[in-house]
Amino acid sequence: MKCNRLVDVGRRQFLRGGVLGVAGAAAATVMPAGQAQAQTARAMLDYPSTKLANIADLKVNEPMDIGYPDAESPGILLKLGTAVEGGAGPDGDIVAYSVLCPHKGFYMSYHAADKTLNCPGHFSRFDCEKGGQQIWGHATQNLPQFALRVDDKGDIYAEGADELIYGRLSNVLQG
Amino acid sequence: MAYKRNIDRLPIIPAGAKEHNVTCHYCIVGCGYKAYTWPLKKQGTTDSNWIGEDLSKQQGAETEAWYAPSMYNVVKQNGQDVHLVIKPDVNCVVNSGLGSVRGARMAENRRSDITGTQAQRLTEPMVWRYGTWQPTSWDDALDLVARVTARVIDKDDENDLYVSMFDHGGSAGGYENTWGTGKLYFGSMKVKHCRIHNRPAYNSEVHSTRDMGVDELNYSYSDYQVADTIMLVGTNPMECQTNLFLNHMVKGMQNGAKVIVVDPRRTVTVDSCEQVAGAENVLHLAIATGSDLALFNTLFTYIADQGWVDADFITNSTFQGDVAVPEDAAHPASLGSFEAARAACKMSVADGAAITGLTEAQIIQTAEWIAKPKDDGSRRKTVTGYEKGIIWGNDNYRVIGALVNIGLSTGNIGREGGGVCRLGGHQEGYFRPSDAHVGRPAPYIDQLIIAGGGKVHHIWANDHYKTTLNAAEFKRVYNRRTNMVKEAMDARAGATREELVDAIVSAINAGGIFSVNVDIIHSQIGQAAHVILPAVESGEMNLTSMNGERRLRLVEKYMDAPGSAQPDCIIAARLANHLERVLREEGRAEYADQFKGFDWQTEEDAFMDGYNSGNREVTYERLRAAGNDGVQEPVRGYENGALVGTPRLYEDGVFTRHGREDGKALFCMGSWRGLQAPGKAQQQANHRFLINNGRANLNWQNWFLDQKNDFVMDRFPVPFIQINPEDMADLGLKPGDMVEVYNDVGATQALVYPEPTARRNETFMIFGAPNGTQGNVINAGTNELILPNYKQTWANIRKISDATPAAARVSYKSWEVEL
Repeated sequence: MKCNRLVDVGRRQFLRGGVLGVAGAAAATVMPAGQAQAQTARAMLDYPSTKLANIADLKVNEPMDIGYPDAESPGILLKLGTAVEGGAGPDGDIVAYSVLCPHKGFYMSYHAADKTLNCPGHFSRFDCEKGGQQIWGHATQNLPQFALRVDDKGDIYAEGADELIYGRLSNVLQG
Repeated sequence: MAYKRNIDRLPIIPAGAKEHNVTCHYCIVGCGYKAYTWPLKKQGTTDSNWIGEDLSKQQGAETEAWYAPSMYNVVKQNGQDVHLVIKPDVNCVVNSGLGSVRGARMAENRRSDITGTQAQRLTEPMVWRYGTWQPTSWDDALDLVARVTARVIDKDDENDLYVSMFDHGGSAGGYENTWGTGKLYFGSMKVKHCRIHNRPAYNSEVHSTRDMGVDELNYSYSDYQVADTIMLVGTNPMECQTNLFLNHMVKGMQNGAKVIVVDPRRTVTVDSCEQVAGAENVLHLAIATGSDLALFNTLFTYIADQGWVDADFITNSTFQGDVAVPEDAAHPASLGSFEAARAACKMSVADGAAITGLTEAQIIQTAEWIAKPKDDGSRRKTVTGYEKGIIWGNDNYRVIGALVNIGLSTGNIGREGGGVCRLGGHQEGYFRPSDAHVGRPAPYIDQLIIAGGGKVHHIWANDHYKTTLNAAEFKRVYNRRTNMVKEAMDARAGATREELVDAIVSAINAGGIFSVNVDIIHSQIGQAAHVILPAVESGEMNLTSMNGERRLRLVEKYMDAPGSAQPDCIIAARLANHLERVLREEGRAEYADQFKGFDWQTEEDAFMDGYNSGNREVTYERLRAAGNDGVQEPVRGYENGALVGTPRLYEDGVFTRHGREDGKALFCMGSWRGLQAPGKAQQQANHRFLINNGRANLNWQNWFLDQKNDFVMDRFPVPFIQINPEDMADLGLKPGDMVEVYNDVGATQALVYPEPTARRNETFMIFGAPNGTQGNVINAGTNELILPNYKQTWANIRKISDATPAAARVSYKSWEVEL
């Protein structure tokens, strides 16, 4: 069924800074907004180092909802099952992406059969196995991918992003 | 890894930034954008900015308060570095804030000395000297062009000067620039040997609809929103007119419209229509390539036989009688009355099904969706869009005529929710003296050049090397002929101007050709040029154009030209000045006088001299005030401080495009005659694969800049060819492999992209690529009026290489969204 054709109201509300938090296990692990917004005058943005999950929490090809660099920026953490360029973890297969379409900011859904993120707004789609490359679509950039670090305990931390996230002119929100 | 800019924050547009009206200059839709510029050392803040929003917070979907890195650059304005943001205009009726993957990169595709983008832009005139191109002044370059040109032209004898000149709007086209070249070549001179940027002759792409009295852009985009049926023929608007599709056609579907798509290929458009309207409301007619005429004649016959026609409209607005215009060398079919066309075009559903490969049921359902009256007896409102699938397909004149026949007979032209229109490529922007002296059929310029015709060739933003047919032979001959002149110039290094001109003329008379290239980049045909003149684009000059619903807008200049580059209209004027001077020096005063009238200093001077002379109400000041919604042509007046336009043509039922005084539309009497162009049937018989070809979303209308855009070239480093996976297995091909496509006229290369929806032995290759010229395998066959037939091409395919590292990196997944 085409259950994701329409953007569901709850997610839209979320995008507008509404009442819903980030779904799933990651909700408790995101940085408090205040820390993420810390402003410095250095040349590069200081991204928060945010624990997203432990490898043991991940199931192959089942995305986990996350928020990074803060709770207002939804994403997914995903263990692909096969190593990819830029993949983290012992198997080189863990990736994380923003799920806001860089075209118009609609909340995208994951299609497990071909490991893509798909936009219900105007039908753009992105390849989770190719660094978020836009397979076809209207966005003028590939999908922001979050840099991951996995420590000895298997804890997965996000520590940066490689494209501008939709809806913010600074990936780390600044006051 | 996919290309990433690693830009994680952008300067904020401050309150008080300069705001400029911008119409996207790439495709015909002409989406509205706003360009903001502000001083380099200023910036807005999260709480004080251009839009008055709190930018310390995440913005929601479809926000106006965000822009992508591709919408940002640093450019020169009045000699100063300024920040530039070009973002979609939420208030423009055309796109309502939507940006395409092309237009939303306008800022990034501006030349910048600071960010290094588009360093390929030409900045200074260059002359072939000492064995390469040397930068020089405008006066030096134009003096050489004028002196050589003057040697091959004379009063009433200008047939040795060949001219390739764009006739479109947008980009570097527009009313100012078509007038500049038009006044020079069709006013001062009467140049007969000329062609247009994308085809080998100076002709209309839609002669038949015009001969029938119906201008090819007759509706308003809003008609898609209120139609009962949207019929799309040989066009792929989700990719090639993206925001017309998303902002107007989608709304029509949401309002209940059914969609018919005629295309041998399952395009992204078909999938998107199914997503929006539901598959049950979309008919994809995957006809046999080139069989459109049989389909339309069958539909016309069936609709007429059922009586689903608009009898009052036919009586009142169309020609009554038999034949109005007989078939002849200029008319590949007779034109006449409804009944005469009905007799000439008669085709049974069984015959139509056999030729097109459709089922009879599909054809009948199509006819019902187009024309079967609703249960309450009211007529269906059907809007039809068509483009290169038939324009550059089999039997252009008759096919387009047959499609317009259906629109006329059902009363769907000049009515709300109707229209039969081409969807277009560039915007339009044509204002020139009469081209009647060119004749019809127009001379087939590229074949004449191959045969040794022409001594001096002026080229205005044409690149035959990428976008002509029979391209392999053209390039061989053109390289040889221009090299003859280069060698002659090299042999006279250090000579005086007079001696150099003599040497050039000797080489020309021995079979060479002197090539002058006016462009914004050093193009592929520009590699053969002897003089290169740098032009500017929209936004680097003020420029007026109209879009696919005849919406006229002024793009306000927001940045300086690269180096000393000039608007084409000013280049044409300065060339005219130099020709006048040289001719006068040579004692040819009477001829020199023909080159008077080019004292323009600005593009506005050219606009007033040209477009305004035929449209007195229209001025820059009034167009500025009309903003990004502009005014739909023809402009009928100026009232209450605003220009008054015409949302839809022919609402009075009077048809005028053919110039007939009776105002009656004509029907086209073109019967089916198989593959019309020479050599096509034989090529089909001797090669396995159909090499269907066309455009793609990412690089449609903007590849000349995007060949230096990392985001684009990262996705498709080499032009792709879509092939059915079983055919790939037959040929031992993997995704990303490089193949050679070869046939009786040439060869080219492409990257293999698996496409499960492609039919066996039917491929699709992208057209117009800088590094894989699809035109190399297109034979020279055209229709009677020299319209190229790109679509019906057959070739064989062989592997020449494994995927290159760049090709191995990219995604080969399906383009169809999975929701």
